[in-house]
Amino acid sequence: MPAEAIFMAGKIGFVFFLVLNLAGVLGWVERKQSALMQDRIGANRAPIFGITAIGLFHPLADAIKAFTKEDFIPARAHKLFHTLAPFIALVPALTAFAVIPFGDTLTIGGETTQLVVADLDVGVLFVFAIMSLATFGVVLAGWSSYNNYSMLGGLRASAQMLSYEIVMGLTLVGVFMVYGSLQLTEIARAQGEYFVFGGVNTWIPKWGILTQPLAFFLFLTAAVAESKRLPFDVAEAESELVAGYFTEYSGMKFLMFWMAEFVEIVVISALVATLFLGGWQIPWLHPDGLHVPFTAIVVGLPSLVVSMMGVGAFLMKVFVLIWLQMTIRWTLPRFRYDQIMRLGWKMILPLALVNVVLTGFVVLLLNR
Amino acid sequence: MLGEYVPVLITLVVAMGLAATFILLTTILGPKRYLRVKMEPFECGVEQLVSPRRRFSVKFYLVAMLFILFDIEVVFLYPWAVRFRELGWYGFGAMMIFLGVVFITLAYEWRKGALDWD
Repeated sequence: MPAEAIFMAGKIGFVFFLVLNLAGVLGWVERKQSALMQDRIGANRAPIFGITAIGLFHPLADAIKAFTKEDFIPARAHKLFHTLAPFIALVPALTAFAVIPFGDTLTIGGETTQLVVADLDVGVLFVFAIMSLATFGVVLAGWSSYNNYSMLGGLRASAQMLSYEIVMGLTLVGVFMVYGSLQLTEIARAQGEYFVFGGVNTWIPKWGILTQPLAFFLFLTAAVAESKRLPFDVAEAESELVAGYFTEYSGMKFLMFWMAEFVEIVVISALVATLFLGGWQIPWLHPDGLHVPFTAIVVGLPSLVVSMMGVGAFLMKVFVLIWLQMTIRWTLPRFRYDQIMRLGWKMILPLALVNVVLTGFVVLLLNR
Repeated sequence: MLGEYVPVLITLVVAMGLAATFILLTTILGPKRYLRVKMEPFECGVEQLVSPRRRFSVKFYLVAMLFILFDIEVVFLYPWAVRFRELGWYGFGAMMIFLGVVFITLAYEWRKGALDWD
């Protein structure tokens, strides 16, 4: 029991350390990447003892600044809901990471643990259930501010997030059919197997992106839309709604909405990495070492090294997906609202239904 | 069984504590200066013309209703998807009938213009 408790504390600590730091760094990445893509220099001033480290201290400076700014609540706003909204927006995003496995099993001193805070058998459902709660924060912020821009932003966000939640749920049905589980560790583990055609091992891992290519693209699109970032950011569209649902926020509450957005990006990237890119899996690397393709040679590796490499691989995949989302955000112009709704309801939804039918056919034909 | 959810609960409590600390700190640390004009809702420099508590487009209600309809249908698919291999062709056929109904619903809404946004 004590070992279990230590493992649990360590894992929860690691997850919070990772997610919060990533959220902070993403604030800097967002500014720096936009600067690079627009041929500017970007944030590079905030120093600690004269060291600027290409602007890496800016998130820290932002946090200090946000804490010491006036916490402003408009006179006609609903005070309680206005304060509650950033809270409800941030908490689900932070909690969702609890079920996402960031590595294979770790064995230290004879005690083995799965590198996930909570290995729920309904992992994916839990992520959806928790993430959809964030909608309440957004709608509450828009309604409680007593501001027309906020109200419009909140309304747009609610309809958009509801629409894309269906699509996100539906695109994953194909994944569950292929791997036969809702448990994220099981899905990730199943992706370590190889395609076998006619008894011949091809040594190509069964990653979700290969077994469910259509679902991968549909889910990624829906996930970007769900996080309300460009090109789907009509809810906060600066040029028409000032800042959308968080127009009337200042100080840390304002920053909490941003944090929620960045944490959401991390969670989405982690989810896509787990479901479609094999999670912690590195091709040909098994718990007992590296299997050389098309041979029976096994290069033995200590289990601790394999575990650490798994965590590293998972983080690499998450970083690549974050970079992809950042690039999308700074490349594409904003869609109109009717285009967003049409994309969700008339294109992705029917395609996702077709994907379910096709997956069913192919799996059953190959199986029996 | 429910023991699996203890870590989730701990994570939730930590997350809530963190968010509450943020709100508390920014409330305590920041200055407070009340100005009558500042407390008014922001509307790009003009006084608020219309109340934000007015009625809004019925489209948003429609999306919410469609959401409930389709989300429940998606949730019905989940247990079937997990047990898909065991159920085989029989389960597949049964679910195709259900998906056919979903498809007809979608087509009907499409034709009725419920999915149009203008």
